[in-house]
Amino acid sequence: MDPTGTPMTLFAFLILFVAVMVGYTINLRAARAIRAGGTKPHSLDEFHGGYAALVILVPTFFLIILWVLFQPVVIEFLVKAGLPSGTFEGLGAGEIQLIMTEIRSIAGGRIFGTPEEWKLAAADRLVSLQATASWLLVAITAAMVAALILYTRRTVAADFRARHGVERIVLALMVGCATVAIFVTVGIVGSLMFETFRFFQMVPFWDFILGTSWEPQIPIREDQIAAEGAFGMLPVFLGTLVIATIAMIVATPIGLFSAIYLHEFASPRVRSIVKPVLEILAGVPTVVYGFFAILVIAPAIRSFGADLGLPIAPNTALAAGSVMGIMLVPFISSFADDALGAVPRSLRDGSLALGSTPAETVSKVLFPAAIPGIVGGILLAVSRAIGETMIVVMAAGLIATMTINPLDSVTTVTVQIVTLLIGDTAFDSPKTLAAFALGMVLFLVTLVINIFALSIVRKYREVYD
Amino acid sequence: MTDQTVSSGSFDWTSPAFKSNVKRRKRSQFRLKLYGLTAISIAFLMLALLIGSLVSTGYHAFTQTHIKMNVYLDPQEIAAENPGRGDYRSILTETMRAQFPEVADERADLRRLTSMLSNGAQFTIRDAVVENPRLIGQTVVFDVPVADAYDQLNKGLIDRETPEEFRRLKDDEIANFDLLQERGLVTRPLNTALITNADSRFPELAGLKGAIIGSFYALLTCFILSFPVGIGAAIYLEEFAPKNKVSDLIEININNLAAVPSVVFGLLALAVFLGWFGMQRSAPFVGGLTLALMTLPTIIIATRAALKAVPPSIREAALGVGASKQQVVFGHVLPLAMPGILTGTIIGLAQALGETAPLLLIGMNAFITSAPATPFDSATALPTQIFIWADSPERGFVSRTSAAILVLLTFLITMNAVAIYLRSKFERKW
Repeated sequence: MDPTGTPMTLFAFLILFVAVMVGYTINLRAARAIRAGGTKPHSLDEFHGGYAALVILVPTFFLIILWVLFQPVVIEFLVKAGLPSGTFEGLGAGEIQLIMTEIRSIAGGRIFGTPEEWKLAAADRLVSLQATASWLLVAITAAMVAALILYTRRTVAADFRARHGVERIVLALMVGCATVAIFVTVGIVGSLMFETFRFFQMVPFWDFILGTSWEPQIPIREDQIAAEGAFGMLPVFLGTLVIATIAMIVATPIGLFSAIYLHEFASPRVRSIVKPVLEILAGVPTVVYGFFAILVIAPAIRSFGADLGLPIAPNTALAAGSVMGIMLVPFISSFADDALGAVPRSLRDGSLALGSTPAETVSKVLFPAAIPGIVGGILLAVSRAIGETMIVVMAAGLIATMTINPLDSVTTVTVQIVTLLIGDTAFDSPKTLAAFALGMVLFLVTLVINIFALSIVRKYREVYD
Repeated sequence: MTDQTVSSGSFDWTSPAFKSNVKRRKRSQFRLKLYGLTAISIAFLMLALLIGSLVSTGYHAFTQTHIKMNVYLDPQEIAAENPGRGDYRSILTETMRAQFPEVADERADLRRLTSMLSNGAQFTIRDAVVENPRLIGQTVVFDVPVADAYDQLNKGLIDRETPEEFRRLKDDEIANFDLLQERGLVTRPLNTALITNADSRFPELAGLKGAIIGSFYALLTCFILSFPVGIGAAIYLEEFAPKNKVSDLIEININNLAAVPSVVFGLLALAVFLGWFGMQRSAPFVGGLTLALMTLPTIIIATRAALKAVPPSIREAALGVGASKQQVVFGHVLPLAMPGILTGTIIGLAQALGETAPLLLIGMNAFITSAPATPFDSATALPTQIFIWADSPERGFVSRTSAAILVLLTFLITMNAVAIYLRSKFERKW
């Protein structure tokens, strides 16, 4: 994404657009001419045009995208290869990145001080490579669309099955869209594993998994990096569990009782008001909840604690946890509502016919029958609580302590990921890589919970459907 | 099965035991109702508290204290050939001295006087002079914002009763400000800077323009990428996919992606988009790309539900008159499902608009004082701007954070309202 190349890329897209139009029109006219000549083509004229448009559009479009994606990578490689040999000897990745940034800013015309001769030469080479690459892209695009227009024009014939061609391409595109989801998952797992693997080359695996001290900011000198226990994830994970537990203690009863009330006792009118209001709670961005926690809830908890004489930390786990609980209420209540609604009517009618009150029907018949769905919903809420980021980044602490006291300040996995990575781009220190290791743990834990919860929900639905 | 039988003839419906039993059961029903009502009231109370606290702190930021001043644009301080480089600070100092002739000539006192004005005042005057150099030598009336502390004072947020040493403004500063107020020079117009300015270190100058444009570019990118891909994937899975292992795998994948924590998407973007492909840091385009990956599952799930809701009779009728499978889908099913798809998409985009964590990881929390011109320039987004302001120590940023949240919530409510309107207006019940 090099800004200087953007106009040329736009130009390439423009050529493509024009070519698609031209190809479509030429083939449409050709098909019409055949029809006017008295023979009936297999496909409608529009399909002949559409076939040309797609055959021109799809490969060229992907070529341009790939080109734009890989052009900076290739150019950087070429510039690096052209530097005097031995320039990068003994330098860390961060320093190499710094040199490349300087070369890039010289190339962009922003020169600070008097850079070395070889840096100026490299910047010149960078500029000329970028210009060449941009022109090359336009030239290749033009050549490609010209060839494709000629090719598709020759396909127009009465017995050519243009509709089948179009449908094959469209189907292939749709399959491609569907596999994007798989690529995203592969991308997540791949990138996390790659960086995590590099992290474990610097910090031993068991130190990370079983270490009880987390002090990622300390390592400054090389010899401190492997200092024992500096990257132990246990206190961070414990903090996550403390906050998630508080959140669930708040969210579960409120969510379940409001679902029971809405499902069993509320009139349709009340339901139609209460449900959307609860959904508003679910739609509020988490950064807003975070601000709410520091603005209102944390001071309230602290002054309440001061009245009771309790020592409450400024960013107590209680504030972040309870606000997160409020966020999860609509989540749990809608899952519980669905689960109660999925219980067959016959069970409820049977219970009421035997003389039980609506309350007894809910608590002794519907609720037990809906337990699997409710548990699935609660598990999904737990996974959300573990993965929730903004509330804890704003309202929870930064220091990892081995404590389960909710009045203390604790930190969480997501807080550490964000604080380790904000403003830091070099991927060579254990500090930044630790964030990816934490991300991997977070991904795996939530994945296991999600798969388990979703399978419970699905299985249970199948039983009653 | 128990063999217990109760013959109705012998059961005493009026026995005290039975009555107390009924009473107990009714009480327990009442208790359950009460628990439910309490739960709902707690949720409502929290929502009210949330909105109430935001409005009560945020409404201050929608006005801004200004001072009207007669500024003499001294030709000695501004060179006519280069009006941009004039010494506007000393022009302001002179202006303030004219208002308070009794203040001693000591520089410290004068500086304290001038600090009543926002740091941006000199730039307001400079821009006016650069635009119209003929003003040099004249006395012009300017309406400039005051510094944050005085703004707080004017809004009643600084308690005058607090002992002087604990107050942000000393007694003489307050007296000076009151003097100006008596002369009718203090005004409090609508704070348009909140929308028309980009970010600033000074609360009285900080605005949301950069964040709003950044969010717009990010959402646009997100929509352009996730909408076609999501619909394509959904149509394939719903209408064409064979029931086999691969389709199951894709389905499980999509459901799980919808539940992956957002910060993990940020890690993916950081490692792949910024790390491997070397894309621009802090760019709304990259933010939109990341948000697109997160919105994709939402759109796919919504589209599939909308496609499912189209009755099979439509498909069968179209197939019956000779349309191909794709002609059926694209010509008949998809248009009928479009309202539902659009509703789902807008709701997905609204979620993406509020998403913060992945944007933080790709650096959209940078301090940037100009609005982005293209999606490839560095920018912030609305939620990350809220995060930055919430982190700022200046008092003035508290009300600005609330105001920014109110702006964000307004956008979200509008989007959801559009979605609900679309659903109620165009969705057909079969």
